[in-house]
Amino acid sequence: MTPPADLAVVGAGPAGLAAAVTAAGLGLTVTLLDAGERPGGQFHRHPAPGLGAARPAALHHGWRQFTDRLARLQAHRDAGRVTHLPGHHVWTVGRADGHWRLHAVAGPDETPATVHARAVLLATGAYERQLPFPGWTLPGVVGAGGAQAMLKSGLVLPGRQVVVAGSGPLLLAVAGSLAAAGARVPAVAEAAAYTAYARAVPTLLRNPAKLAEGARHGAALLHRTTRLLTRHAVTAAHGTTRVEAVTVTRLDPDWRPVPGTARRVPCDALAVGHGLVPRLDLATGLGCATRRTPDDTHALVVDAGQATSVPGIWAAGEPCGVGGADLAVTEGEIAAETAAHALNGTPRDPRRAAALARRRDRLRAFADVMATAHRPGPGWAGWLDDTTEVCRCEEVTARRIRTAVTDYGAHDTRTVKLLTRAGMGWCQGRMCGPAVARLAGGPPAADRRPLSCPVPLRHLAGLPADHDPTAPPPPTEEPEA
Amino acid sequence: MSRAPRTPLGLVRAQPEPPYTFTFDGRTLTALPGQTLAAALWAAGITSWRTTRGGGAPRGAFCGIGVCHDCLATVDGRPNQRACLVAVRPGDTVTTQVGTGHGPDGKGTPS
Repeated sequence: MTPPADLAVVGAGPAGLAAAVTAAGLGLTVTLLDAGERPGGQFHRHPAPGLGAARPAALHHGWRQFTDRLARLQAHRDAGRVTHLPGHHVWTVGRADGHWRLHAVAGPDETPATVHARAVLLATGAYERQLPFPGWTLPGVVGAGGAQAMLKSGLVLPGRQVVVAGSGPLLLAVAGSLAAAGARVPAVAEAAAYTAYARAVPTLLRNPAKLAEGARHGAALLHRTTRLLTRHAVTAAHGTTRVEAVTVTRLDPDWRPVPGTARRVPCDALAVGHGLVPRLDLATGLGCATRRTPDDTHALVVDAGQATSVPGIWAAGEPCGVGGADLAVTEGEIAAETAAHALNGTPRDPRRAAALARRRDRLRAFADVMATAHRPGPGWAGWLDDTTEVCRCEEVTARRIRTAVTDYGAHDTRTVKLLTRAGMGWCQGRMCGPAVARLAGGPPAADRRPLSCPVPLRHLAGLPADHDPTAPPPPTEEPEA
Repeated sequence: MSRAPRTPLGLVRAQPEPPYTFTFDGRTLTALPGQTLAAALWAAGITSWRTTRGGGAPRGAFCGIGVCHDCLATVDGRPNQRACLVAVRPGDTVTTQVGTGHGPDGKGTPS
């Protein structure tokens, strides 16, 4: 066996990439595992070289800083300080003889790979939160982040006339990108009002760059006559084989649809999302403590040095609470520095440490303001009808879930799942989890899955007998390709 | 200044390598090198390439990042390929995934 790396970094998005190059710069040997084929994560997703994009920056913020980090990554790889493993999806982490053992599957053939490391830094990012509505399973209805990801990597649009809806700062960015790429965006329906921002003026004033970013998105839209409708939602999508129109309805402050305000907007695609959910499977599998966030998701508890509650496990970026790329980079750098200190005694420059901490706290405060402003109101369930499929994988309707709650006394996602199969399918409840929790009347649960991605059963059987953190994972319903 | 319509390729001034062909349900389509299957299908105006196991309803890409598994397609006879993740290869034979994609016992036959 090759000696363990000093640090395994899981995820090569803004946090993981910043952490990997910072840690390598401080003399650590780093193994960087990433599910993507190219570094950048979802934020800096970019076209494959074969697409010959001469100006990829047109779809990105902070492109220059990203390419600088890529150049540093390349230098560290060439010098043997970083081993970069693209296309590697880590599905579980366990302890082994005083270090950590990370199990991954690589490539379309799901080849098993194992990495050993003295410490682990989780930079696993986030996925989009979805709230169901009638018609949301129609082709042409896509995640707002999904539309953005497909545009950034594949240079494609879901349609010509795209309504953007949901809640959160991502919506304006997505609408701006789609419009710049040639889509007509007749409306952006934002369920929240912006009044919650006004209650946090000091935090906003300490983040002028963030305000400027918002203004840029707004300006890009105004040029193209998009209507920005705050406190509105798409409450239904219409069509037979694909979306042909959506119903846009005004909401009250609790996100209840206001009767008599529905209007129909023709479109051939809808990009929808309600903020992001931190991706915590690996962390919760290791027993890392979590906290509720202001927008009703769960995030990891970390200390001032980005260490989780489990010694030897650090975290940075969205798993510590959704806050965007700048915050993720800052947390990644802090985590790398404190890990280098803990592992090798590398001293931290106190002035730089203080500056990073101030920057993190300022950006985190801004993120909390946004999270509070865009937290889903309880009234959204009012736009579901009985036949709306809530669980897309298992095709479980709102009626069946409500029956499980009212007739069978289910009050949490787990009981609803056992009674109806909602959340038991391919996505393992990542799409329907927040909605099922709300319908069951309970709080959303933190991500907790024995495996973070579908894995062939033969790899489970191949786990070492001493695999820890948890008892051997039970067989799941993940598909075997 | 030209008034050519805005496109994603134009926005980033892309000069792709030569396109290649693949088939989808017998139709010949083109893909650009490096595009995922979902991207190539979207570029052809196609938004669904799976039908569900229960209701037989059409589905296509939804999350776009490999999480939701709604975009499963059958590629060269192999079902359950996430179209938003897999790259199209020249000559691929792609078919709509019916149900589980495992034939009549799985409530569907790969066409």
